[in-house]
Amino acid sequence: MSQPVLEIRNLNVDYGLGDKAVHAVRDVSLTLHRGEVLGLAGESGSGKSTLAYGLTRLLPPPGVITGGQVIYHPEGGQPYDVLALTDRKLRQFRWAETAIVFQGAMNSLNPVHKISTQLTDVLRAHEPKMSEHTRGARAREMLKLVGISPDRMDAYPHQLSGGMRQRVMIGMALILQPQVVIMDEPTTALDVVMQRQILGQLIELRERLGFSVIFITHDLSLLVEFSNRIAIMYGGRIVEEAPAATIYRDALHPYSAGLLASFPALRGPKRELAGIPGSPPDLAGMPSGCSFHPRCPKAFDPCPTTIPVLGPPADLNSAGRSVACWLHPALEIS
Amino acid sequence: MTSTKAPSGEVVLEAVGLTKHFPVRRRLRQIFRKEHEAVHAVDDVNLTLRRGQVVALVGESGSGKSTVARLLAQLYPRTDGDIRLHGVSTRVKGGRPFREYAARVQMIFQDPFASLNPVHTIRYHLTRALKIHGNAENLDAALHDLLTRVSLTPPERYLDKFPHELSGGQRQRVAIARALGARPEALLADEPVSMLDVSIRLGVLNLLRDLKERLNLAILYITHDIASARYFADQTLVMYAGRMVEGGDSETVTQTPAHPYTKLLIDSAPDPDRLIADIDPLEEDRGNGEPPSLIRPPSGCRFHPRCPSAMPRCSTDLPVPLQIGDTPGHWAACWLYDSPEVAS
Ligand SMILES: Nc1ncnc2c1ncn2[C@@H]1O[C@H](COP(=O)(O)OP(=O)(O)O)[C@@H](O)[C@H]1O
Ligand SMILES: Nc1ncnc2c1ncn2[C@@H]1O[C@H](COP(=O)(O)OP(=O)(O)O)[C@@H](O)[C@H]1O
Ligand SMILES: [Mg+2]
Ligand SMILES: [Mg+2]
Repeated sequence: MSQPVLEIRNLNVDYGLGDKAVHAVRDVSLTLHRGEVLGLAGESGSGKSTLAYGLTRLLPPPGVITGGQVIYHPEGGQPYDVLALTDRKLRQFRWAETAIVFQGAMNSLNPVHKISTQLTDVLRAHEPKMSEHTRGARAREMLKLVGISPDRMDAYPHQLSGGMRQRVMIGMALILQPQVVIMDEPTTALDVVMQRQILGQLIELRERLGFSVIFITHDLSLLVEFSNRIAIMYGGRIVEEAPAATIYRDALHPYSAGLLASFPALRGPKRELAGIPGSPPDLAGMPSGCSFHPRCPKAFDPCPTTIPVLGPPADLNSAGRSVACWLHPALEIS
Repeated sequence: MTSTKAPSGEVVLEAVGLTKHFPVRRRLRQIFRKEHEAVHAVDDVNLTLRRGQVVALVGESGSGKSTVARLLAQLYPRTDGDIRLHGVSTRVKGGRPFREYAARVQMIFQDPFASLNPVHTIRYHLTRALKIHGNAENLDAALHDLLTRVSLTPPERYLDKFPHELSGGQRQRVAIARALGARPEALLADEPVSMLDVSIRLGVLNLLRDLKERLNLAILYITHDIASARYFADQTLVMYAGRMVEGGDSETVTQTPAHPYTKLLIDSAPDPDRLIADIDPLEEDRGNGEPPSLIRPPSGCRFHPRCPSAMPRCSTDLPVPLQIGDTPGHWAACWLYDSPEVAS
């Protein structure tokens, strides 16, 4: 596997302080490798957005990072902990090294500015020495890359469809050529045809520009097709992580299996499907032991009492995957 | 319930040549020129809803699906065509006739949060639905029955909750229970699960299917997810830019699609069997572009500007529905299937 570009180590994020605090991200460790698409899937409320905000230090109050490290490996430079950066360095890191496309971002474009202006503004803020002319050319080139035809560059956001606005947001995220792009449900509000066009384009751009992607969604069917590896999140924790094809063919955690059995297939035999019974847990009343146990069809003795640790399953010879489930207890690593 | 006695397959509701044009506010200059611009949201739509059956209406956003549902619910007056309830042409505009119509044809909306009033409890919403339609004689029993039907049990746990205290899936179940309070014959479900998490969508679809069977309901299921149409619906109709382009039984339409637009929809659906290594970026360009403006829709076939198989006549002649293969009831409005073209 290629070199790591971002290593999240034991990250913990709470909302609120003291007794009232709820733990939204619990002890998450996750590595993004250079050039890969890492999919992050889980139901609403599982902590996906909180993780994305946390690792870029964009958490809105009352969110607080209560522990962990986020190690960034700049190309050809020394690795450093993003959580320890000064504010000035952090600003630089956010756009030039990492960019986020937020959930619902397509509605956050400034309605009174042309889309081309909004792109040149990003350049003006981050590369003040660049000439006006070069800025304009870069903005145009970027919009063309994300599939917006030259005659739409002077359009205002309201003149564009949702899909086009989402493309503009992706263009804005890529214009400073970041190493890491985090996309939080970038296509959830779009329908399938537009979703596929945008994802196809993203994969192509990634090959051309060489960035890495963390792609967040509640729809696992998308990830299997478009990512290299997938991490599954439940109740604030990562419960399984493996190459995309491995998760699809042979998910070990019953929750991953449940997510995979949640979307009807368009091809192959028609099957009766049930989804996942019950609803995701409430942070304030997180079940003891494995937080999935009340919904789990395979729960047994240890599940309600003891939290399973995430690690390579000891009962299987399977490199490059890990799971947090008592059915496949992790190898002891000392 | 009297409705369950009706034979399955009985026609409840029909749209015949249903058309809706929304007038566009005119600028002064256009008024002088006597231009009448309109959004051609729905043109010449035909569909039939039968007892105990689900018809899916599939298409991208903006294709006119919600407008069809709202016309069938008599929330908008139609521009042209007919709506027949049990074979009788029906046009109602508020007041008692509307309530009587709504008692037989109920709508479920996409956003369960917006369709429930946040200041009222579940009990209030359901009681009101029962009272409006005169089904509240044994109120407590009726409330319990409704919540039990949508699997919100025990009912006492939910009756006095407010909408924000429920999850999205639970709210959509309440919206379904409220629609059932009218004891309808037909349900018009406009993207009932697209705002819900993937993991709970199937629970709601399975519930609708169960209700359809037990109450012998006719259901119109609107979606942009053609895989869910295959799973849930007996018949599937595909709509593009205000017009129907293909129809037939769901398995046939999804497994052997005929219209190039249906093929585009199917190719666009997520397919876990197609892994990242196999994605050909050049192929992704196919069908690029967006649905057209409906103020001046393309002439001929409305899909022709995006169609990879467009022929000269497609930009001039409006395609008529043509029978596909020998599967009964499978049709597509596409000139590729006109006999001389098929022969060549
Ligand atoms: N500002 C906040 N204050 C308190 N709790 C919050 C806040 N934002 C999110 N949460 C809670 O944190 C949990 C994780 O939320 P989120 O990260 O948005 O999940 P996801 O993106 O997976 O849907 C949820 O239970 C949510 O209610
Ligand atoms: N009340 C309205 N006034 C004007 N145009 C409308 C109105 N409702 C819908 N439209 C237009 O009609 C077309 C079809 O819309 P809609 O039925 O909502 O499509 P769908 O449900 O398939 O997304 C769109 O172009 C939309 O902008
Ligand atoms: Mg989120
Ligand atoms: Mg709609």
